[in-house]
Amino acid sequence: MKQVFKAPKSLKPAVFHYCPGCGHSIIHRLVAQVIDELGIQERCVGVPPAGCAVLAYNYLDVDMGEAPHGRAVAVATGLKKVLPDRVVFTYQGDGDIAAIGTAETIHAANRGDRVTAIFVNNGVYGMTGGQMAPTTLAGMKSTTTPGGRLVERDGWPLDLTSMLAVTKGSVYLERVAVNSPKAILRAAKAIKKAFQVQMDGLGFSLVEVLSPCPTNWKMSPIDAFRWIDENMVQYFPLGVIKDETGSKAQKGEKS
Amino acid sequence: MTKQLMRGSHVLGEAAVLAGCRYYFGYPITPQNEVPEYMSGRLLQVGGTFLQAESELASINMVIGASMAGGRVMTSSSSPGISLMQEGISYLAALELPAVVANMMRGGPGLGNIAPAQSDYFQATRGGGHGDYRCIVLAPASGQELCDMTMEAFDLADKYRNPVIILADGMMGQMMEPVEFPKPIDPSALPPKDWTLTGAKGRPSRIILSLLLDPKLMEERNYKLVRKYDAVTLQEVRFESYMCEDARLVVVAFGTAARIAKGAIKRVREMGLKVGLFRPKSLWPFPFMPLQQLARMVRHLLVFEMSAGQMVEDVELAVRGRADVHLYGRPGGVVPTPEDLAHQISHYYYGARLEQEQGQGSRFRGGDK
Repeated sequence: MKQVFKAPKSLKPAVFHYCPGCGHSIIHRLVAQVIDELGIQERCVGVPPAGCAVLAYNYLDVDMGEAPHGRAVAVATGLKKVLPDRVVFTYQGDGDIAAIGTAETIHAANRGDRVTAIFVNNGVYGMTGGQMAPTTLAGMKSTTTPGGRLVERDGWPLDLTSMLAVTKGSVYLERVAVNSPKAILRAAKAIKKAFQVQMDGLGFSLVEVLSPCPTNWKMSPIDAFRWIDENMVQYFPLGVIKDETGSKAQKGEKS
Repeated sequence: MTKQLMRGSHVLGEAAVLAGCRYYFGYPITPQNEVPEYMSGRLLQVGGTFLQAESELASINMVIGASMAGGRVMTSSSSPGISLMQEGISYLAALELPAVVANMMRGGPGLGNIAPAQSDYFQATRGGGHGDYRCIVLAPASGQELCDMTMEAFDLADKYRNPVIILADGMMGQMMEPVEFPKPIDPSALPPKDWTLTGAKGRPSRIILSLLLDPKLMEERNYKLVRKYDAVTLQEVRFESYMCEDARLVVVAFGTAARIAKGAIKRVREMGLKVGLFRPKSLWPFPFMPLQQLARMVRHLLVFEMSAGQMVEDVELAVRGRADVHLYGRPGGVVPTPEDLAHQISHYYYGARLEQEQGQGSRFRGGDK
């Protein structure tokens, strides 16, 4: 019989600790699948965040080194400077990359550091128990916004990826989701392209993934998947936010 | 080899390059801007990487990444910037990553000023960041020592897989002195590291982590660190004793303060006062045992620090009440002259009637490692 589906080689045969309906397990699989497809398992180094996905190294079968909360991209830059021919990626949540690590991320993008960030946006601080994140939607309830996010007090949901687009060093930025088979296929393509941009030495690449957190959203997984389409995409529309791979490659702007 | 006249900050940078350091990440802050300025040009010449980061937080985390990848890496800063790096230094210690961090101390707390000070002693020797950890702390007192200790710092960092702090001050960084540089070390000839993250080629994938959710495992990790620190304490204590053989009073000082103390001691010796100097060169591990032995012979110690008094606590711990410990501390970036200190010494000396004391003095023979 022809095998049409199998577990990626770069994914360890471990049982995910994530909650039922959590997007991390899907995104882990996609990252592993892309690493397999590009054949880079043996020259890949990953940097997990503080947060639910800190344990990514229990699942992704590549070298991985833990970073302090928010500093993953800075750690990745350090790794890449010593190992310019390796593929270095970070895997970060919204609190990690868009609150405490905003400065590190913007400057890495602006320098055009040849690293790739996988930015998992679920609009909430998951591991600490559902507090307001920089990406929490206006009016959305969290454990620290019991009456809902009040924009006059808490500000608006931060669209970090669009902010990164104005930096000259960012080459490829795309926002995807993992709430339907179609969306997941699109996400896999985006992640692969982001890695490819790094391997081609073009500059900084990032994929933002809208990801369900049923536990902290206090919804069933099915409702959480729907909620992404009905609410999150209003603030965080899906699609390519910036793609200069063509023009960069034409000009021969390689590292 | 011939000697070169060079500013302290440049000596630090040159010594790092000679030690095989090829990666520097930093952020400007006075009084150590000459270090990143020097490195920005020098590392280019040797094919290394210099990167001016957007903050000290970013710098120290780039250091973490470069160290994970196996590079000989350093950063430098001055007091407020070092405060910002404490999170990363705690991680370096927890992840057991070698790195060299130079602190050219300035007056504090807060923004303070840009004058030389020694008020980060607690921060450097007690860890500074969160958790049970130690940094090896070396305190140079001359341009030559700045060179030698910086080179040694990289070896110690690799040997123990631990951050090493060069604790100097604005005076050490700005002062020009003749220095004889040793031969350069070829970074490719350094012993291989079997723990780095370089991609899992022909071996199982590796993880460098400090998250240990099970307290039992975290305790084990802590005890592992403790055993390492015990080994450092046994093997890496460094100090100098100067004119202590017949001393009735010994000044305890490190770094720039020790330089001033030597000048003061020469002056009071001319007046016939029997005064010596005990200079810790490693602040952690602190030379507790040698100082304890000294306190058996000399009953009067005068701790001189360019702070409100920090090392004095370690001196008290070392002598355990066997000697009278006095403090002459000048915080805020004030640099006393040898005359100032000589005045303090003689005041104390005559006040305690040490000139009438019988006997041959301490007969203390301190080893200079």
